[in-house]
Amino acid sequence: MIPYTAAFFKGFYRGFMALTIDDVKRVAHLARIAVEEAEAKTALGQLTGIFGLIEQMQAVDVAGIEPMAHAQDIVLRLRDDVVTEHDQRELFQAIAPQVEAGLYLVPKVIE
Amino acid sequence: MLNSTLASLSRELAAKKLSSVEASEYYINRINRLSNKYNCFITLNEELSLAQARAADQLRAAGRAQPLTGVPIAQKDIFCTKGWLTTCGSKILSNFVSPYDAHVVERLNAAGAVNLGKTNMDEFAMGSSNETSYYGPVKNPWDVSTVPGGSSGGSAAAVAARLVPAATGTDTGGSIRQPAALTGISGLKPTYGVVSRYGMIAFASSLDQAGPMARTAEDLALMLNAMAGFDERDSTSLRRDPEDYGRDLARPIAGLRVGLPKEFFADGVSPDVAKALDEAIAQYKKLGCEMVEVALPNMALSVPVYYVLAPAEASSNLARFDGARYGYRAKEYADLLDMYKRTRAEGFGAEVKRRILIGTYVLSHGYYDAYYIRAQKLRRLIAQDFAAAFEKCDIIMGPTTPTTAFKLGEKAADPVQMYLSDIYTIAVNLAGLPGMSIPCGFDGKGLPVGLQIIGDYFREAQMLNVAHQYQLATDWHERMPSGILSEG
Repeated sequence: MIPYTAAFFKGFYRGFMALTIDDVKRVAHLARIAVEEAEAKTALGQLTGIFGLIEQMQAVDVAGIEPMAHAQDIVLRLRDDVVTEHDQRELFQAIAPQVEAGLYLVPKVIE
Repeated sequence: MLNSTLASLSRELAAKKLSSVEASEYYINRINRLSNKYNCFITLNEELSLAQARAADQLRAAGRAQPLTGVPIAQKDIFCTKGWLTTCGSKILSNFVSPYDAHVVERLNAAGAVNLGKTNMDEFAMGSSNETSYYGPVKNPWDVSTVPGGSSGGSAAAVAARLVPAATGTDTGGSIRQPAALTGISGLKPTYGVVSRYGMIAFASSLDQAGPMARTAEDLALMLNAMAGFDERDSTSLRRDPEDYGRDLARPIAGLRVGLPKEFFADGVSPDVAKALDEAIAQYKKLGCEMVEVALPNMALSVPVYYVLAPAEASSNLARFDGARYGYRAKEYADLLDMYKRTRAEGFGAEVKRRILIGTYVLSHGYYDAYYIRAQKLRRLIAQDFAAAFEKCDIIMGPTTPTTAFKLGEKAADPVQMYLSDIYTIAVNLAGLPGMSIPCGFDGKGLPVGLQIIGDYFREAQMLNVAHQYQLATDWHERMPSGILSEG
């Protein structure tokens, strides 16, 4: 019988993973999300708890098991090499934050 | 009309005892009076809804009606709906009027269903309580101090409050079944690949699957008939012959072997839920079913595996929200990188950011094999457990959730606690199996309990049969929350 309680999951692997505040900031940068110092601290506490849960995976032997992406193990279809989409630039750009002359505007990236 | 099912409305419309405009106006009136109380809709558009209703009445007059022609439904706000605000419960899409329809929306429109509104949901479907929505939490009609579950909480509450007879939902880790259980309605997550994901805003693509939420199994069959079908535009959509999911509803279920996984009946289930489950099982025995004990030894791993796979896929899917082409853009920024960072910091809520961070971390250099690949291997072990169980039984039953609806705010501060409320539903998504929840009783406080029914791949018709036979013998699905008659 496996006791599915929060205490079990949180207690079992507590402290196994040592995430640091620098890890949180590095990952936030990679994910392109601005974080304040206080936010990063809160996130660190919560992520440490979540990784405590995730670390449980390391206890199982997975030698010889094939990774599974789709239950039916399907092979992705290839479509015929023909034009299927027509030009809908005006429709799509109508909801863009900033457009000019059919182009999406963003801050200058090349001096 | 208050307690009408989709099926009975369909029959009344066919008999011309009722027009679609009349039915739609009845529900629009209820929505106008009660939706604020439960906060279950993000967008309403009476004009568009009534235009659809009038078109449906014209189709019927022209003799071109189908079973769903003219019946009012609601769409979860995760489905892109042309001309409608489609927010996915997020600030980052708070100004996004979709330029196209999701496949599910196309199909339901083609069937003549009338969309009465877009339902509230956890932001990007990430949540189990509907508290992560940018548009505020949804309240459970059975007790407004409790959550309706999530992420399809708005759809669930709207059906439970009889504001609409059926709605669409999506289920990545339990987001149809868990809110269905907590609000006393029926919900079905089909086999992965049965319903197209085209135009359904992506969370975790290898797990996301759309399905119907309604009062009865018969109604779920009607909805699924319209929603399912192959779609070239979803690379994981399965090419299969169309089926009538209601074809087996009337079949007797005597002799059916019901598998009860011992892991589903362990310590974590609250006594009230366990009691209602025991009674449901006794009812199935009366209907002639045979109970078989089965084992899902790797089920405990499903939560950790899910919290690697789902955030990893989410971090990739949500990379598209950058403030450049559509959606919210930060007001102030120094350069392009700063524009991305501030847009995403301001546009995403705390839970979504948390999951993007987890996903980015597990996919980052040096960790891919230890997390993502390992989780995919464990996913196969979990699927193999189900395959072994289905050698001993025809269908699996257990609780949908460990407890009945919890209080608003109760788990909001502790993500791990929140994640564990999906302990019984997640394994089904990982295996890609169909799963459903139907109401099977109440706890001591009068809150509904859900019975989970899990079928083998593509056995939706059989599951609906098993649920329908139970609903013929019980009246849990007929019960209504007392507060849905008044605004107060």
